[in-house]
Amino acid sequence: MKLFTASSDTSTSVLFDAPGPRTRALTRWFNLGAIALLALFMVYVLSVMGAKGQLEAEKWTDLFTAKAWSAYYLPGLVSTLSAAAISVITSIIFGTIFGMARLAQSKIIRWFGTVVVEFFRAVPVLMMMIFFWLFLGKFSAFSPSQLPFIAVVAGLTLYNGSVIAELLRSGVKQLPRGQGEAGLAIGLTPGQTLRSILIPQAMNAMMPALLSQFVVILKDTALGYIISYPELLASARRIGSGDGNVLQTLLLAAIVFIIVNFSLTSLAGWLSTFMSSRTSAPKKKLHHLPGEVDDPNPPTMQMFVLPGHRK
Amino acid sequence: MNFFDQLGALFTKYDVLGAFWVNIQLTFWAGLGAFVLGSVLALMRISPVPSLRFVGTAYVHTVRNTPLTILMTLAILGVWTQFQLSFSTNFETNFFVYAVFVLAFYHAAFVCEAIRSGVNTVPVGQAEAARAIGLGFFASARLIIFPQALRGSITPLGNTLIALAKNTTVATVASVAESSGLMKSMIEFDPNMVLAIFFIFAMGFVIIVVPLGVATTRFSRKLAVKR
Repeated sequence: MKLFTASSDTSTSVLFDAPGPRTRALTRWFNLGAIALLALFMVYVLSVMGAKGQLEAEKWTDLFTAKAWSAYYLPGLVSTLSAAAISVITSIIFGTIFGMARLAQSKIIRWFGTVVVEFFRAVPVLMMMIFFWLFLGKFSAFSPSQLPFIAVVAGLTLYNGSVIAELLRSGVKQLPRGQGEAGLAIGLTPGQTLRSILIPQAMNAMMPALLSQFVVILKDTALGYIISYPELLASARRIGSGDGNVLQTLLLAAIVFIIVNFSLTSLAGWLSTFMSSRTSAPKKKLHHLPGEVDDPNPPTMQMFVLPGHRK
Repeated sequence: MNFFDQLGALFTKYDVLGAFWVNIQLTFWAGLGAFVLGSVLALMRISPVPSLRFVGTAYVHTVRNTPLTILMTLAILGVWTQFQLSFSTNFETNFFVYAVFVLAFYHAAFVCEAIRSGVNTVPVGQAEAARAIGLGFFASARLIIFPQALRGSITPLGNTLIALAKNTTVATVASVAESSGLMKSMIEFDPNMVLAIFFIFAMGFVIIVVPLGVATTRFSRKLAVKR
């Protein structure tokens, strides 16, 4: 019965027919129309920018002078990356501790873990940053120049650490029951089973989700701009206001962010296929967590038969 | 003056609830916009037309990888100052509308991915049945695929709404008078109450976000299509 097996392969699921000749002709006209509209829009944008003097060559060439990079963009990028890197490490530590607390035997520890994790997942990161920035400024001995960095790292750690704690918990919960039972059967204590059997496997399973969380961390370092942390966005704005080309410098900063994040996202996608063969956990995706938007990409879907791909 | 008097004084001195109301309004309008734009994007990404798919994919990947703070700054410093695009003569309303647009554009990318993951839960047989009875792309998308996909994407959609509610605080960059900006000025004026002030605002968000999470879980169970 070859008839029925043909399209049950889900990787190329068939939601819509391949476009026929009439649709293809229609599409061509539609594309031409869209390109014409886009061109008109670009003409309008460029004419406004031209009228404002934004198209002058040096407003764009200033983006690529050695001084701009050595004095502004690179230090900004370094600040962004270092805040992100430190936050990644601290949130993994925070997440592991509280993820284990949420899986603990003791009811009180579990309850405490739940309250902490749910609280920090509900509060906006920006609010935590502003709080730490002003709070530590008044009640701590840190030098004022270090404060924004510490506030950025603290805010990112508490939020993302809590998300990682949840990832860890759901990763452990999705392991086959036999894993924990086997650990207990060979005489390990529940704590040892968790640490040496369950968590290493859960870590493997949650790796892609963890990596997309790093993208969230990297993106959220830009919030540091609001509390005067001299990261990429802040330095782009600073040099832009000096040279009168804020628009261009901000665009450049956005492009740099996109490139860095896009490589991280691609790495996450590659890792998820690589890792799926390395754990006994079922290949089920970790379920979505509240407050979590950067889920790993849903598998690419083709809802129709691509020409030449018809089975 | 004891602690509770001071706490009460904070509420009379500052319009805390009013600031939160701005966040809620931002969430509502941006959520509406993001849902409409995100649905269109999802439709584009599952359509048989290569150019539409390309535009949808490019949009999602670009927007998802750009920090919201940059988009907000670009909208104000780029679009507003350069193109003088004004939505209202009133400064406050104007910036509010800007913030709504930026939040909607940003979260539309996540709504699109949420709906797409919902489309994944629809069995192929449904689409094949739709085609078999002669429905075209729009008819089968509207009548068969989307209704089921939406029911399967309640959880990621709810999570996007929660993220949106929290991200409305970034509107402070567009000088919208919302809660995180108010918290900052309250702490600056009453630094002795810093812990209490943070706790008030944090609890405000807990009160907004936790019921949203509970509702998401409840609805995703209730509306799930049993297969």
